[in-house]
Amino acid sequence: MKVTLFIPCFIDLFYPQVGVAMVRILEKLGHTVVCPEGPACCGQPAFNTGYWDESREVAIKVLESLQGAEVVVIASGSCGAMLKVFYPDLFAGTKYEAMARELAPKCYEFSAFLVNKLGVADLGARFPHKVTFHDGCHGLRELNNKRPPRELLAKVRGLELVEMGAAETCCGFGGTFSAKFPMISTAMGDVKCASALETSAEYIVSCDSSCLMQIQGLIDRQHKPIKTIHLAEILIQQ
Amino acid sequence: MSTPATQFNQDARRLSADLRHRQTIQTAMGKYEVARDQRKAAFHDWQAARQMAAETKWEAVNHLDRHLEQFVRNIEARGTKVHWAGTAQEARDLILGILREKNARVIVKSKAMTSEEIHLNEAMEQSGYEVVESDLGEFIVQLREEPPYHIVFPAMHLTRDEIKDVFQRKLGDAPSNNPEELTMVARRVLREKYLQADVGITGANFAIAETGMLSITENEGNARLTAALPRTMITLVGIEKVLPRLEDLALFLPMLSAMGTGQTLSCYNTMYGGPRQAGETDGPEEYHVVLLDNHRTALLADAEQRDSLHCIRCGACLNVCPIFRNVGGHTYGTTYSGPIGAVITPNLRGLNDWKHLSYASSLCGACTETCPVKINLHHHLLQNRRNASRQKPSWWQKAAFKAFAPLATRPALWSLVTKMGRLGQKLHGFVKGSRLDPAYAWTKTRDLPPIAQRTFKEWWRTRS
Amino acid sequence: MVEDALVSERDNMLVRIREALSVAAPLPGQDHGTAREMPVLSSIADQRRVLPAVGQSFDEQLALFRANAAELCGEFRLFNDLDALVAELKGLCAAEGWQRLASHGGELTGAACQALGLPVLLTDQAFDKRELAACDVGITDCDALVAQTGSVLVTSRSAGGRALSVLPPHHVVLARREQLVPDLPAAFALLKAKYGGGYPSMISFITGPSRTGDIERILVLGAHGPKKLTILCL
Repeated sequence: MKVTLFIPCFIDLFYPQVGVAMVRILEKLGHTVVCPEGPACCGQPAFNTGYWDESREVAIKVLESLQGAEVVVIASGSCGAMLKVFYPDLFAGTKYEAMARELAPKCYEFSAFLVNKLGVADLGARFPHKVTFHDGCHGLRELNNKRPPRELLAKVRGLELVEMGAAETCCGFGGTFSAKFPMISTAMGDVKCASALETSAEYIVSCDSSCLMQIQGLIDRQHKPIKTIHLAEILIQQ
Repeated sequence: MSTPATQFNQDARRLSADLRHRQTIQTAMGKYEVARDQRKAAFHDWQAARQMAAETKWEAVNHLDRHLEQFVRNIEARGTKVHWAGTAQEARDLILGILREKNARVIVKSKAMTSEEIHLNEAMEQSGYEVVESDLGEFIVQLREEPPYHIVFPAMHLTRDEIKDVFQRKLGDAPSNNPEELTMVARRVLREKYLQADVGITGANFAIAETGMLSITENEGNARLTAALPRTMITLVGIEKVLPRLEDLALFLPMLSAMGTGQTLSCYNTMYGGPRQAGETDGPEEYHVVLLDNHRTALLADAEQRDSLHCIRCGACLNVCPIFRNVGGHTYGTTYSGPIGAVITPNLRGLNDWKHLSYASSLCGACTETCPVKINLHHHLLQNRRNASRQKPSWWQKAAFKAFAPLATRPALWSLVTKMGRLGQKLHGFVKGSRLDPAYAWTKTRDLPPIAQRTFKEWWRTRS
Repeated sequence: MVEDALVSERDNMLVRIREALSVAAPLPGQDHGTAREMPVLSSIADQRRVLPAVGQSFDEQLALFRANAAELCGEFRLFNDLDALVAELKGLCAAEGWQRLASHGGELTGAACQALGLPVLLTDQAFDKRELAACDVGITDCDALVAQTGSVLVTSRSAGGRALSVLPPHHVVLARREQLVPDLPAAFALLKAKYGGGYPSMISFITGPSRTGDIERILVLGAHGPKKLTILCL
């Protein structure tokens, strides 16, 4: 099928390899991938801060670019939640409400798309390392995305998954929260890192690069013996 | 003169870095979590129970006038005096009026967050009454002259040594730091107060419309004694605490106990329907119920957030909130802390002064997930932010988001942003981590990733 | 006039409430209003579908009650006849050195107190609360035992008032096994059937001896209420 892939701003700028991996995986599965040129951001920063008018200006571009898409795959849980769950709220009472409601059921976060829509869990990947999984909050609670990433990881050859105690605890990113309340955000990130380190895993895996940016930022500053990696980067490894 | 927001920031900064505090809370919560999860698992269908509880509260709150009138009719029929307090001041005045009329001297109280909300103790003490908190946790923080730390566990933040210390200083009686011995000290002191007290003041967890009763949940028996021994009893209760029928308690009492303390049922769940009735030989001769509004009707009028009045004050959202667990209850600087506090306080005490509580959240949604009555807590935080920005926009944030729109919607401009970002990052190296660093909020404690040599959009363009 | 002011605040508040409710709020469990029926209040069957399961047979329920009572650090003993129960009570009395009892004129309490032969403060007449505080034990009847939670259901009418079951340091409950009900829905149904015409001023579910976890979350029994709860069941 024709898959419209939405790449969030931070993946575009900081982690393009994640987007590239997703394109390659989807093409390998025989699908055509298109990435709309126009929109660079889903509008979540303004939305979360309470500036819904300004958020709409950005989000309208997304809506228009995705109109008529057969299926939309979003490369992160947080942007996925924005498109699927929050766009109907954001556009309620406006002339775009119908478009937003029409878009929502077509949206999938990347791992949910593979497992729930395509019914695929085994991508023939190989990654002989010990990993632990971080459940990004939007993906976990807004999109109910607990199982798909784990089903995918279970099929990766040589991979050992160890769950950390604080897997479902927020990493502290929260978008603008990380800059508005940096001390709380850092404390939350520290709790997360400590829990991951307890597992002796080599990698922290997630479906959300924004979470990984927070966690990696702390790891680098504190020189912790663990690395972060996006799920797609593992799935592309042979 | 510091605002609530600056106070919050100061305290949050201090406590986020306080590892001893973090460990104390972690340990306290750990025991609770295991028990809570066991209790939830014991339910035949916990999620269906949540839905049932949510619907019952919806019915109660969305027909509040009818249920309140029924409640009052039924409880008055048994000789209870009902008072309607529109504001905190009215509630204080009503209660002080009763104390004056009864020539009270000693007042014993069981836990009532509404009394914290209206600063009742202060008012009573200023009027010359001796007021003793009988719940052990409240008793301890009262001695320490600080507010409760958590709506269910007032002294969660204290070690046994700190408690021994205040007992020694204020009571002159602290044999050791052993929790059992300390509890027995409190038991001895309070026993005397129950017997001396002229008036007992309680809160209530639920107000049953059908039978005209107040339901009080506790473990210690202090509310039972407060309601049994003094000659006058007063219950202060928020108008939103209404439940339609007596049998609704069959659902709510176990849910409250499971989420509040991880118990099957708290030790005493008691329904009071009036003063001493004909044929009864003890209990108060007079029973007064003070119904408190104090801006609850304002929250009721907000149909989007009305469900925040469904709250049964179990404290479960506090317990799962990573912000609460890192900054602690006192940091919020107001009666109701944690997620529910962050939702209702801006609406009860002023959006502009208290919106920071709604902003101090990563919107992780753990609160909404755990709430036994399915309040849409984290979405209400978003709504508060939206309402606050409309009421009083921050000019520079609004401008920044507005400026961002064309950058994020026009490929040519985004391309420019990318290139300038790379340049900026090179220069950033000179100021990184210093006070001149525009990204200081981040870089103080974290490294920033570099903008990629080739962004995704740049790569995608090379393909086509 | 103070009375007028009070009445008018009632009216004001009800007006505010009605105005507030003129706009409908979304039903729970749905974010984007798909039309749904108004919620219906739960029946006993509905409640039983969600609450912790309780076995159907009396034996299962009794076993559940016994297990719950033990976990709560309460004592539960079953007897085949009154003599055996009284013997147990005498044994307790001797072991704990009771000197003064407190009780009421209940169905089983009369026989119990008589057998113990100690001075008894009966709360059926006016009594001095300080004298009650000085008693070693409070012996009461009850309305029901609740298997699901291990609770004892008492009221100010069935258990000698409000203070008797909570002021003395040891609460002894005398019950009959027929008083065992499976769960809370059954207990509330019992209350309605028994007292619907005129409720006592206090109804209480007692679930174990008094306790607190307020100091470092360490469990301590006997915070203010009885440190010991003993249920003797015929």
